[in-house]
Amino acid sequence: MIINVARKELKSLFASPMGWIILSILMFGFGTLYLQGVNSYFEVMSGAVRPAERVGVTIYVGSQIYSTALFLLSVTTPMLTMRLISEERKSQTMPFLLSAPISLTEIVVGKFLGLVIFLSILVIYIFAMLSTLNIWADIDFGYLIGNSFGFILLIASFTALGIFFSSLTNQPIIAAITTFIALVSMVGLGSYFASDPSHWFNYISMTKHYQSFTRGVFDSADIVYYLLFIVTFLTLTVRRLDSDRLRG
Amino acid sequence: MTTFENTIEASNLTKSFGKNVAVNDVSFQLKKGEVLGFLGPNGAGKSTTMRMLTGNLAPTNGDVRICGIDIISEPKKAKALIGYLPEMRPLYKEFTVNEYLTIAARFHKVPSPKIKKALEEAKERCGLSHMSKRLIENLSNGYQQRVGIAQAIIHNPEIVILDEPTVGLDPIQIREIRKLIRDIGKQHSVIISTHILPEVEMVCDRVQIIDNGKLVFHGSIDDLKAQRRGNKLLVGFSKAPALSKLKKIKGVDRVEDADNGMFRFHFKDKYLPAEEIVNLSVKEGWGLYHINMDVTSLEETFVNLTQTS
Repeated sequence: MIINVARKELKSLFASPMGWIILSILMFGFGTLYLQGVNSYFEVMSGAVRPAERVGVTIYVGSQIYSTALFLLSVTTPMLTMRLISEERKSQTMPFLLSAPISLTEIVVGKFLGLVIFLSILVIYIFAMLSTLNIWADIDFGYLIGNSFGFILLIASFTALGIFFSSLTNQPIIAAITTFIALVSMVGLGSYFASDPSHWFNYISMTKHYQSFTRGVFDSADIVYYLLFIVTFLTLTVRRLDSDRLRG
Repeated sequence: MTTFENTIEASNLTKSFGKNVAVNDVSFQLKKGEVLGFLGPNGAGKSTTMRMLTGNLAPTNGDVRICGIDIISEPKKAKALIGYLPEMRPLYKEFTVNEYLTIAARFHKVPSPKIKKALEEAKERCGLSHMSKRLIENLSNGYQQRVGIAQAIIHNPEIVILDEPTVGLDPIQIREIRKLIRDIGKQHSVIISTHILPEVEMVCDRVQIIDNGKLVFHGSIDDLKAQRRGNKLLVGFSKAPALSKLKKIKGVDRVEDADNGMFRFHFKDKYLPAEEIVNLSVKEGWGLYHINMDVTSLEETFVNLTQTS
């Protein structure tokens, strides 16, 4: 059943212009970054005198793309997550899901997966794009895989947060704005306390946990952080829908 | 599956929103292969009751059993037996009719190899076959309503619940939808809600009138018709005699003057004084030109029922 809900979600993403537009804007953005990275690589590296400043082409181009992804995603995911629940409410299609023999958890997880799969197209796209460097250089696939993995976790947690805010209102625009504010504060949290790296605010900031992936490091603590984040917001969404059913 | 005589058993259903009680202690049964009409003025609690029956809303009190399965403790099993069309059609307008119905079939656990057949059948019954590839957004109101109904019957449910299925349609479409509902009623148990009285008479086997969240009448269509007849005769004389003379006719309880030489005779139970009146009129030369049962319109019955509560 979860799969069926996800399929329906994917289908409606591709049936509306919104999905295509966002996907193409993101691809254009990442493509440009890639192009600039490759163009400027030799220039920058020939200027780097000390050996410590010299990095491989994978890391040079990759780090530009993956660190920008954080910012680009926090702008675009709200526009996609806002549809998930508040638009169904607005167009009165919620009863279609609620009267089918599907549980609330299946509905929420299905919708979540649908959008994560949709955005994962980007992960595959970036991976393929960076892999083309392999034609003339010997690239670090471990670094790419580590980053892709981190990127998927990031997408998933952004989506989970978005679906929760979407369940709070039946105005898609309000859902989008609140999600955007929440994402920006989650991402930006760390920079306010940059002087004190041990501050707990720093610890719950998303950026800090994403950084280890961008270095190609798999830290189980980071993975657990993202998983907990996702589970928390999906659970809150289910609770929220359940309270709608109870209170009407 | 074991067979149940009652496909729906609702007992003591109550729903309150804060202090406002929308549905108050409503109990009823729906028998297999029966079309039940849910009648009531706006805001009487029809839709709220339907939302509770379909598991969209949890009742404050009471319970609902669908073919013996409790909808609160086993929602998935119970929901699989229901097809529901809410008042606001839950249509995804960006899909075509085929796409939308396929999704509906999948959600209602129609096994994949059978989806195509279920789709054809539902479209056939709702007269949608030639609209398969059209976007729902581009369909007319009536056709959108048909898609809504097709969505509710695609999995061949035991019970079909339709909330105001004919609202906003033109007379021809209304006739077609009514015919469709009667068709569906042959194979499934159906509940429809409406505030159009003739519709109930045409489509339903049994009626339930709800007002202010309370059940004020339930019974067969004939019961409802009996309610409206009453012991009254409307008689017209061109040369009307004095009222006192009329009162003396055997079996007459009292007589009302209804203007223009018309009189309303209230008579005792099972004693129809029509013959007496005709005979007397001929004898005395009153010039009888009209005699008929004085039937209260369905609307009046409805108003009476809903206002006495």
